[in-house]
Amino acid sequence: MDVRSQIAMVFHLDKCIGCHTCSVACKNIWTDREGTEYMWWNNVETKPGTGYPTKWEDQEAYRGGWKTDGKTLSLRSTGKARIIPNIFHNPSQPSMDDYYEPWTYDFKELFNAPEGDDQPVARPISKITGEHIDVESGPNWDDDLGGSQIYARNDPNMEALTPNQRLQMMSIERLVFFYLPRICNHCLNPACVASCPSGALYKRGEDGIVLINQQVCRAWRSCVSACPYKKTYYNWSTGKSEKCILCFPRLETGQAPACFHSCVGRIRYLGNLLYDADMLPEIGNLPDDQLVDAQRRMILDPHDEKVIEAARANGIHEGIIESAQQSPVYSFVKEFGIALPPHIEYRTFPMLFYVPPLLPVMSSKENDVIDNDIEDLFGDIEKARAPISYFGSLFGGGNDGVVRYALRKQWAVRLVRRHLTVGDVTKETAERALAEADCTWEQADKIYRLTTLASMDERCIIPPFQREMAIEMMEDPHEHRASVGFGFNSAPERGN
Amino acid sequence: MVSDFVLFGVLPYVAMVLFLVVTVQRYRQSKFSYSSLSSQFLENKQHFWSSVPFHYGILAVLGGHLVGFLLPDAILGWNAVPWRLFLLEATGLSLGLLTVAGLVMIVVRRLSSSRVRRVSTIADWIVYVMLLIQVVSGVLVAYFHGWGSSWFASSASPWLWSLVTLSPDISYVAPLPLLVKLHIVNAFVLIAFFPFTRLVHVLVIPNMYLWRKPQVVIWNRGGPAARGGGR
Repeated sequence: MDVRSQIAMVFHLDKCIGCHTCSVACKNIWTDREGTEYMWWNNVETKPGTGYPTKWEDQEAYRGGWKTDGKTLSLRSTGKARIIPNIFHNPSQPSMDDYYEPWTYDFKELFNAPEGDDQPVARPISKITGEHIDVESGPNWDDDLGGSQIYARNDPNMEALTPNQRLQMMSIERLVFFYLPRICNHCLNPACVASCPSGALYKRGEDGIVLINQQVCRAWRSCVSACPYKKTYYNWSTGKSEKCILCFPRLETGQAPACFHSCVGRIRYLGNLLYDADMLPEIGNLPDDQLVDAQRRMILDPHDEKVIEAARANGIHEGIIESAQQSPVYSFVKEFGIALPPHIEYRTFPMLFYVPPLLPVMSSKENDVIDNDIEDLFGDIEKARAPISYFGSLFGGGNDGVVRYALRKQWAVRLVRRHLTVGDVTKETAERALAEADCTWEQADKIYRLTTLASMDERCIIPPFQREMAIEMMEDPHEHRASVGFGFNSAPERGN
Repeated sequence: MVSDFVLFGVLPYVAMVLFLVVTVQRYRQSKFSYSSLSSQFLENKQHFWSSVPFHYGILAVLGGHLVGFLLPDAILGWNAVPWRLFLLEATGLSLGLLTVAGLVMIVVRRLSSSRVRRVSTIADWIVYVMLLIQVVSGVLVAYFHGWGSSWFASSASPWLWSLVTLSPDISYVAPLPLLVKLHIVNAFVLIAFFPFTRLVHVLVIPNMYLWRKPQVVIWNRGGPAARGGGR
């Protein structure tokens, strides 16, 4: 048993209102520089939809993630054998047009327009070339389906549905969508790290944050195509790739990452998990539909004496073990079993989990009376507006069972709360729902509290990092007195 | 002639010293600036048809020069049979043409795509002009002064070795035609200019990738392995 600690996250999708506050917070801090305008380390997309970059889930085109022959894992994109023939031209790299060309306006065109019959307009100006462009797509072009079903229809997850289900999902009265906020998953088996010819990408041992060493990156762009979630981006100006850093400078000073901190819907949970790194080679080659369970097996119970002992033996600090015991992520993923990894079939073992949305309570309207049939509050999750198999494709690696389990449990919690607060659900109904959902009263209460009442301090349990100690052991701080910092002492400017 | 001595007895040393000193100093001072500065992200269609033929072409041609320099006798031995000489010459010429075609495409792409123009510096343009002179003169030499593979081995190679042994003997190259001299001089100017340009990406080719472990984990304090546990 090789116990390691990993910062992990849960996004509760039923709580996401799609306001993009997280994206803007991230952009203001990290990606408002030249070359990064198009990057959204955090983005929120409408699902079903094509997402950002367009159709990122289509691995036939982008060749992201790992593939297995049942025995060994290999990169779908430029693995070792294919790096040499492909180093001069990456055949599966998305280009700027797959994201969008960033633009601004010359606002003087509005203010200095001569008086006339027509409203003056400011034409979009490319942030790359400075020329006028015709905007064809932009960040969140498909937000709320962008007024068209085209985006939903082109969602790669639609392939998991029957033609009939697809048709139903598109029909006007049943049309359904939800929001999927995405950041780097800081995977356990990151394809970006494995693909980097220069070895610039690495996983931090102590907390599992995946970073790109800007001094070592040589712009071979392998990480961009290898990441199946398209969460590494190429900075066209500096000639280096960049990605979400999970706001490690904030984490190291005990603050939640900017997107977590600013989240209006309070959908984001952060905490560390203890996992057994030795299990990775063995579970990496399992069939797609067993991967969700296998990943859960890899996550260890931080209360288990044996685990604690092995963690100590591996040099994991008491404070980090303690924080793993309070981790809300552990509760959602392992204890409740209602948070699921996105597209685990890419086999990178993402450490960002989603609580799948139960979606709005159905009500019917008859003669201007809105009727919520409580017994049938959510009659049958199988008949939900978004078919289970859609979520199965997105969060279950094709295994609908794990999604059904997560939804059924949330549904049971809803009934329990309805019984306790409004009282129009009988105790028998609530109990039956709990039994069907493999849930107890205590657990239902805990899910309810963590979902709705948890404060910032309960949602984000930030482990003590002790980075300052770590740095001092490596470098003498006095050597760097009056300089600009410990590592990067020159401006990150493009070379000739 | 004095000019011959400066061009073939002095310039190569100046170029090599500049190349070595500036490359090392640049790596130490501004490691960040070592990048292939790929523009595939900005323009993905012409990129394949320009970058790929140019890189394969120039690598093969340079490899040929290297073999001629290191193993002149082997080349002469190979060329002793006419059909083998023809084969080598034809291969060399077609690789040269491939390089020229790729390079022309690269320049056209840079001129025609406004996005790529945005990330082109003056140094880039100087490099392209010098590379064009180099590969075009090379192809012309191959065409007008045939059997280059043989005379390279018997004149250029001994001259290069005389440079390596610090006893430059320019009598090997002084009588060569003007076109060949241009090719040689431009090559050393290019070497001198090399460390000031994006060409430095040649020096950071990812050789380690082929045998390193897939995952890279960096610990601040040694990690489990340093403490005798884990991997």
